[in-house]
Amino acid sequence: MSQKSFVWLCLLPLVLVTAAFFLLPMARLVVAGAEGPHGLAGYLATLTEGRYRATLINTVLLAAATTVVTLIVATIAGMFLQRHRFPGRAVLIAMLTFPLAFPGVVVGFMIILLAGRQGLIGDLSNRIFGEKLVFAYSIYGLFLGYLYFSIPRVILTIMAAVQKLDVGLEEAARSLGASPWAVQRDVVLPALAPAFVASGAIAFATAMGAFGTAFTLATNIDVLPMLIYTEFTLAANFATSAALSVGLGLITWLILALARTFSGSAVAAAG
Amino acid sequence: MNTAGHGAAVRIEACGKTFADGTRALDPATLDIARGETLVLLGPSGCGKTTMLRIIAGLELPDAGGKVLFDGKDMTSVPIERRNVGMVFQSYALFPNMTVADNIAYGLKIRGVAGGERAARVAELVALTNITGLENRRIDQLSGGQRQRVALARAVAIRPGILLLDEPLTALDAALRDRLRGELNRLLRALGITTIYVTHDQAEAMELGDRIVVMRKGAIAQIGTPREVYFAPKDRFVAEFIGAANIVEAPIDNGVLILPGGRLPIEGGATAANATVMIRPETIRVTDAGAGLLSGVVDSVSFIGDRQRLVVSGASSKPLNVDAPNTILAKVGDRIGLSIAPDALRLLPSEP
Ligand SMILES: Nc1ncnc2c1ncn2[C@@H]1O[C@H](COP(=O)(O)OP(=O)(O)O)[C@@H](O)[C@H]1O
Ligand SMILES: [Mg+2]
Repeated sequence: MSQKSFVWLCLLPLVLVTAAFFLLPMARLVVAGAEGPHGLAGYLATLTEGRYRATLINTVLLAAATTVVTLIVATIAGMFLQRHRFPGRAVLIAMLTFPLAFPGVVVGFMIILLAGRQGLIGDLSNRIFGEKLVFAYSIYGLFLGYLYFSIPRVILTIMAAVQKLDVGLEEAARSLGASPWAVQRDVVLPALAPAFVASGAIAFATAMGAFGTAFTLATNIDVLPMLIYTEFTLAANFATSAALSVGLGLITWLILALARTFSGSAVAAAG
Repeated sequence: MNTAGHGAAVRIEACGKTFADGTRALDPATLDIARGETLVLLGPSGCGKTTMLRIIAGLELPDAGGKVLFDGKDMTSVPIERRNVGMVFQSYALFPNMTVADNIAYGLKIRGVAGGERAARVAELVALTNITGLENRRIDQLSGGQRQRVALARAVAIRPGILLLDEPLTALDAALRDRLRGELNRLLRALGITTIYVTHDQAEAMELGDRIVVMRKGAIAQIGTPREVYFAPKDRFVAEFIGAANIVEAPIDNGVLILPGGRLPIEGGATAANATVMIRPETIRVTDAGAGLLSGVVDSVSFIGDRQRLVVSGASSKPLNVDAPNTILAKVGDRIGLSIAPDALRLLPSEP
């Protein structure tokens, strides 16, 4: 048996599993999306019909905002944690990464505890301003929940990338007169760009598709996963929910691909 | 070139360095470097050369009491970005996200030099360092020697008052290192910047340095011109670290060194029961057996080309290395005579 056919033989189980559990259901989903009363036009409807389109835009904006804020917070925190040694550092890292294991439901629950009707923030604002601030059940609560969800993941990636930074590059830039800001802009951030793209992509995709948190905070938040859920379970509208699912996947994929080419060319242009 | 002669004089005063983990990298040292001088810090790995360079650069703070002065101005607490020093790192530390030209121009850009002037300066440096044609390359498309040149061009582009180089040739292979050493020497002379050059290679130190600071275990062992440290080493460490040296331990009787293979008159040698004496291999002359002051037997012969290295036993308590002209025919086992001029014997302080 040649080397090549041996490799193929080893890959065979993987190919079968991929086909059975990945490609087939996906194909079925794509077909289901076109099996509604309007046929293929059902896909078009997910973009043209007002309610669907608004939800789609909402979801993309929410995911984008989550990604940007997560990257900013996690970069500052990750850089600080990696570069400084202080008492309590290990505990702080453990606490920051503790939510890694939490499912969306728990995160939603924590948001309610924080900003819900009986929440901490409401209590506090009630005492200070005499008004109860409650935003857990709105898109802001969801935004906070997604941050809580993404930051630990991104911090870990950024910390690993910061550890690999060549300190010599920063010293070289400083010797040439660069201020601390210029060093960050010209040396550190470009070197971290691949980590931003990788961890940002995961944060974005997670925020696009996360369901548990939205479901826990529930009621009247319009994000795609919730819409799919209602169409599927409550309205039994299989075709629409399938079309929306395919749309969710496609749009996420498209935006990530764009981000990757853009940042890739940005790095190339800078270099 | 118009960069000539704008160096600063450097003085470091009682600069020691103890790192946070307790490592004593540098004992308090005081050192004066004249404007335009090339000073080489030479010593084995781990002796504190880089630490001293980084203190001068402003990348490390000296221990309390230490001071760094440029042209008499106290710079100790001035950060590196405001010291106007050019620095070439051992790893070169070129910016991977920039082209060769952008790397060279970076310091000028930071200083707000206009685009046209910047381009002119880059062109000047590219020509000076022999990297014409590579301006638009990325750093990962350069060879080691080319990187070294870009690093140097980038460091001198800002017209620094002081140029600091940390083993800039160590990462290169031997042939390239020799060639670049000559090039670097001409360039440093042409620029006239005050230069502090770190190396563990004594040949490099000899060729490049106006003065050499020989360092050992965080302390300065000797400061002197290449000739001074070569011909008049202060102690056994310097003698052995710089060039090849025979260290002979023997009694001196009334200005004569008493060796197993004969007696050698020594300049300024008072009577001593056990003296330590350095003899450079090239100062030993080979004569016919019986004609020299010493007599010994050839242990081995290595023909190097321009000369040959003989190892002769029996003359001293330990075998002597002798650099003989390449025309002498000596075979292993031959008995030969050796002569050494009295002023070629260098009395060293006995080690405690
Ligand atoms: N940041 C540091 N922390 C602790 N020890 C260090 C640090 N940098 C250097 N050292 C130690 O200080 C000594 C001198 O180092 P260095 O100046 O780099 O030597 P050299 O450049 O002569 O090889 C070495 O023993 C080294 O291990
Ligand atoms: Mg070093």
